[in-house]
Amino acid sequence: MTDYKNLKLIASSSPHIRSEEDTRSIMLDVIIALLPALLMRVYQFGSWSFRALTLTVCSVAGCLFWEWGYRKLMKKSMALGDLSAVVTGVLLAMVCPVTLPYWMILVGSFFAIVVVKQLYGGIGCNFLNPALAGRAALTAAYAGAMTTWLAPDATYPAFGSADIITAATPLAIMKEGTAESFAELTNTYSLGDLFLGKIGGSLGEAPALMLILGGIYLLVRKVISWHIPVAYIGTVAAVCLLSAPAGVGAAEYMAYNLFAGGLMLGAFFMATDYATSPVTRLGQIVFGVGCGLITCFIRRFGSYPEGVCYSILIMNCTTWLLDKYIRPTIYGALRREKKEAAAK
Amino acid sequence: MAQSFFGGVHPDDKKSATRAKPIETLEAPAEVVIPMSMHIGAPCKPLVAKGDTVQLGQRIGEPGGFVSAPIHASVSGTVKAVEPRPSSMGGKVLSVVIENDFQNTISGEVKPVADPGGMTPEELVEVVRNAGIVGLGGATFPTHVKISSALGKADYVIINAAECEPYITGDHRTMLERPEQVIGGATLLAQCFGVDKVYIGIEANKQDAADVLNREIAKTGAPVAVEVLHTRYPQGAEKQLCQAISGRQIPSGKLPADAGCCIFNVSTACAIYRAVYEGMPIVSKVVTVSGSGVIEPKNLECPIGTPVAKLFDACGGLREDTYKLIMGGPMMGMAQYDTEVPVGKGTGCMLAFAGDEEQYVSDPQCIRCGKCVGACPIRLEPIFMYKYLMKGDRETFEHKLHGMDCIECGACTYICPARLPLTHAFRMGKQQVQADRMAAKARAEAEQKKEA
Ligand code: SF4
Ligand code: SF4
Repeated sequence: MTDYKNLKLIASSSPHIRSEEDTRSIMLDVIIALLPALLMRVYQFGSWSFRALTLTVCSVAGCLFWEWGYRKLMKKSMALGDLSAVVTGVLLAMVCPVTLPYWMILVGSFFAIVVVKQLYGGIGCNFLNPALAGRAALTAAYAGAMTTWLAPDATYPAFGSADIITAATPLAIMKEGTAESFAELTNTYSLGDLFLGKIGGSLGEAPALMLILGGIYLLVRKVISWHIPVAYIGTVAAVCLLSAPAGVGAAEYMAYNLFAGGLMLGAFFMATDYATSPVTRLGQIVFGVGCGLITCFIRRFGSYPEGVCYSILIMNCTTWLLDKYIRPTIYGALRREKKEAAAK
Repeated sequence: MAQSFFGGVHPDDKKSATRAKPIETLEAPAEVVIPMSMHIGAPCKPLVAKGDTVQLGQRIGEPGGFVSAPIHASVSGTVKAVEPRPSSMGGKVLSVVIENDFQNTISGEVKPVADPGGMTPEELVEVVRNAGIVGLGGATFPTHVKISSALGKADYVIINAAECEPYITGDHRTMLERPEQVIGGATLLAQCFGVDKVYIGIEANKQDAADVLNREIAKTGAPVAVEVLHTRYPQGAEKQLCQAISGRQIPSGKLPADAGCCIFNVSTACAIYRAVYEGMPIVSKVVTVSGSGVIEPKNLECPIGTPVAKLFDACGGLREDTYKLIMGGPMMGMAQYDTEVPVGKGTGCMLAFAGDEEQYVSDPQCIRCGKCVGACPIRLEPIFMYKYLMKGDRETFEHKLHGMDCIECGACTYICPARLPLTHAFRMGKQQVQADRMAAKARAEAEQKKEA
């Protein structure tokens, strides 16, 4: 019979079991969910594929390096294994032009990891989405390089040549918001092109199909809840249906607005970023609706064709407010109020 | 109709190891150690001394107050010692050690009630009190106090058969094997409270038990209804069960009776049945012995005071690489480091975990995923409670975040991907708040004295 005296027992406080899911597995799931879209898009870039791939690798490596360097320098615990820096790296690459010089993406990753994330205390403490903040910083610093969008069928320039075949992104084409500009867009790209990613733009702007599949994967794995993406996409859809320019089919207008630009990437992968979105379900819905309204506003009236990035960054700044004022009603509180009312 | 409660988690129920195993009676040990405190409330005063002969069912501990319950000898034999012994609650507790004579001589005190059907509520309360019945689901609150404080207030009488903690199957087996006791106990409670129906709440993963109980109800025409509930932790917590069955919420800081509900564990109902129809007080307990460290998991019925080592012996022993022993379920049970601690009235499960140890995260970082908020059945915000406790801000924890309403169910800690020790922090925080309150009270009293 076992001699129980020899057992090496540990004592700890309940609960004694934990769910399988940990920070690392969540980040891994996000990476898995991004891969189909990323790979399909990289493939579609044809002779630019290699560049797209190396830019992504460079971005990831940059993020990992900055994270490592900062925590080493500050003598803080190392958590590269949680893969959160990898997610930031992939997302940053996906919101930048494929043609971006390597050193620029390293600057972007520095800004994302060190300035936005680590200076505030590391994972979970930042209030802005690191990848989007990185992109915003790059756009402010290198506006030209950050708006050079490759045409879908561009060929990689021969050695020594600097000619890059560029194209306007779908949203830029319909920026004016008139029936004519919309007609130009529908002539350039079909909805199918958008859906399958045969458009100019960043790595992450398409293919909508794969991004939606990735989003569904995250929902099924319970990494994200439906509240933010549904509220966000739903708001954009509703606003577009109601505000289609005269002479344009509302449904078609809405569909183009949904599948063009960074909406799918933003709604499923960026607005849902844990650290920078509210923790309560109701707060998340308000957050999503806010993102949707601001996105539509910027697309329509702003000076940029795309509003996803800034709308999420703006809503990021309201997260603490939403968390402060939108609080769950605790169990037993309802009755308490009723009782007090009855007592009066 | 069965409704739902807020939040909750779905841990792997791990019940298959013992679900199909009938309750076995453990061979009584040569010696039992019966602690004089196995309930919430005042400890008992021993009624016997070293050298006394005791009989099975004889009262050996006199309640130390109203909120207390008597304690009985679980075997017949000789008192070997009355001394402090290690207890499952940590530290040592005054205990009566009885050497078993293996005669099972039943005490003359054990007498069934002559006319169970004609009992008044007061009579039932008295029987329950004398039988030393306490909340056998683990809460161990004296049942006679619960009944008398809820009489006249409760219109919902609920039997808790949710058994929502993973691994545990003792209640499940009890319902399958002893439906007459469950339904009989429930009928007594219906009679006592004067309600038309007593509700038995069962999780959907025990449909077979619900069927058996329903057959018994059909056979006897008992005023009992079985409600099949979602399988979700913590379905069996009082507040959550109350919400799921009656749709009512127990006001913060109040008792179920304040919401018109009175809840009894299914094994408590069986104990009431046995006390009335057999006159037998609480002398034994059904314990599920399971977990990866146990060679052959089982459901065992053993005398109160059996050292847990004997339970493991009966299950083929433990694996060499067992690293944790837990009394109770894995979500709320207490880790043990001594296999000599005895089975008490509230012990429903003994677990041994072996193999790969849990990985501790040395510097856990909250990633703000909000999963804890979604999981909390009280709808608290564990993420912020933890944050403020870590800052030492108990004021915000207590008042703004309602930290004192935490039921320490462990759902938030279970789900937290960053592995923050949330529940542990709340337990400590609540204790500190209590201590602060006591200190403040003492200060106020001292000042009053000074002024007077
Ligand atoms: S579950 Fe853990 S990591 Fe997520 S918000 Fe709550 S405390 Fe933070
Ligand atoms: S332990 Fe407390 S805070 Fe955590 S889920 Fe349970 S009741 Fe909520």
